[in-house]
Amino acid sequence: MNTRTSICIFLLSFLSLSAKAELSIQITQGIDNPIPIAVVPFALEGAGVLSEDVAGIVINDLEQVGEFLSLSRSNMLSMPSEEREVFYRDWRILAQDYLLVGKINRASGSQLVQVQYEFFDVNRELKLAGEILTGSVAQLRDIGHAIANVVFEEVTGIPGAFTSQILYVVSEQVQGDEYNFRLEKADYDGARAQALLESREPIMSPSWSPNGQDVAYVSFETDLPRIYIQNIATGQRRQITNYPNINSSPVWSPDATKLAMVLSKDGSPDIYVQDLNTNQLMRVTDHPAIDTEPSWSSDGRSIVFMSDRTGQPQIYQIELGAPSYNVERLTYDCFQCMKARFLPDGVNLVHVRREARQSPNYQIAILNIETLRVITLTNTSLDESPSVAPNGSMIMYATKFNGRGVLDAVSIDGRVKFRLPSSQGDVREPAWSPFLN
Amino acid sequence: MGNQYNQFLKISLLVISVVTLAACSSTSEPEEVIEDNQAASSSSSNSASPSASSGSGQLTQEEIRAQNALRETVFYFDFDVAEFKPADRDTLTYHARDLAANPGKRVRLEGHADERGTREYNLALGERRANGIMNYFIVNGASRSQIEVVSYGEEQPAQNSSSEQAYTQNRRVEVVNR
Repeated sequence: MNTRTSICIFLLSFLSLSAKAELSIQITQGIDNPIPIAVVPFALEGAGVLSEDVAGIVINDLEQVGEFLSLSRSNMLSMPSEEREVFYRDWRILAQDYLLVGKINRASGSQLVQVQYEFFDVNRELKLAGEILTGSVAQLRDIGHAIANVVFEEVTGIPGAFTSQILYVVSEQVQGDEYNFRLEKADYDGARAQALLESREPIMSPSWSPNGQDVAYVSFETDLPRIYIQNIATGQRRQITNYPNINSSPVWSPDATKLAMVLSKDGSPDIYVQDLNTNQLMRVTDHPAIDTEPSWSSDGRSIVFMSDRTGQPQIYQIELGAPSYNVERLTYDCFQCMKARFLPDGVNLVHVRREARQSPNYQIAILNIETLRVITLTNTSLDESPSVAPNGSMIMYATKFNGRGVLDAVSIDGRVKFRLPSSQGDVREPAWSPFLN
Repeated sequence: MGNQYNQFLKISLLVISVVTLAACSSTSEPEEVIEDNQAASSSSSNSASPSASSGSGQLTQEEIRAQNALRETVFYFDFDVAEFKPADRDTLTYHARDLAANPGKRVRLEGHADERGTREYNLALGERRANGIMNYFIVNGASRSQIEVVSYGEEQPAQNSSSEQAYTQNRRVEVVNR
């Protein structure tokens, strides 16, 4: 590959509507006893036709996380759009536990819409939630996701993550070993994809800032892997590192003041932490083997990382400020355990696991570091880059399907799976956003 | 923790001794390399001014071998292995001598891995492979400043598919003239 002579075509195409991978959800595995819910098509009051089916967006959200099964519209006995039109017996007969109704008001010629929704417990004949949301026509998807969040939390007690977004990298082969790389951002379900960066050199390791406004990533645009931070709304970006050799794996500290990263400037890859205000660099690990894939504990006081210091990749933890030899090994029972991060409970460790030398399958698993119980969540063979939804309910990861890179998601109990297929290129390295406001 | 640290020390010592042994086993090599180097330095001074070498403009056997070796710029690796294949040793020696004889020459060693394993680990493995070749070049007379190492990990496969055959092609270090 003649990287030197290949012209580095490099476009900053934030807010671009150019070619992007169209992702759309496929549910690949559901649960046995989903909760029955009726979501009545929202009535449209006022002029015109709307581009989005708000009730349909809510249904997609609720069904793909597997907990819910919605009633087919053709089986509905009535189509209420507000509380006074609701007859609970119509829904009890159809064995529905919950009911969502609503209406959309759009003044003629206006881009503004008002969406009113009401949510009911059919068995208790009780209104659980209801409000009026206002926004532009272009925000109807956001409004649908916001309503799904309310329904999900009312029923499960867990905040919904349907308004969250994902970052991922798309690679398209141009010819031979030349590729075109894009960093994209989309809704969590793959809708409304938007390119944040496009390059003929690799882009790796996208990572959200804790407030969801910035992204850190690795770009080879100078022919060398260097870390950049980019503001998502403005597209403004700055190069954070320019150390010799590998600069990779940027991950924000929970308080957003520091970036953990991997540098091999002193010979072999080690974990470092850079203060984003002072640019001061602190070395965390110091070992001639490979140390990489840092992630922060939720209190920001320690870092989990992968090291092959015993010959094969295993997962370790070190407290910041501790001597570099003072590492705690967390995994023992796998041939390779990699790319780990704790769930918010600080006990369950999501990771990529290769069980045995003789079976070269890489799968997503969760290890409880207290009970040492391992749950393997996936059964494909090239699974990597697990990223946890902000409500901790699902894990998105990259895998291969029909020879192409795709993003899959699995619930943390392994019962539900869905896939975001891509119409073009290989999609990988999903990064699930924090809760966004 | 203390126990683990002892364990770690033991493993470190083991690693150090293994590395030392490996270094010892390859110390038999440099002699051979030095001999070759002498031959090479005469031949490379020839190649620097080929018209003066034999008058007839014909290349010696050694010069032909060197030219063929320098045309080989991609070196393949076994799965999970960072050391280059013994069969590539002679070819790499010619590359090293060429650098030693031409101090103005610069090369870039681009390390690559196959897609198995995580991306960050593969980025590190690609660097380890390229560093192995860089160190071999330096031991054989090249200067550190002539060599740039960059790893692409699994990001730029030579063959974009998931077969053993593709993996064999993708685990590689490419020597690129700058």
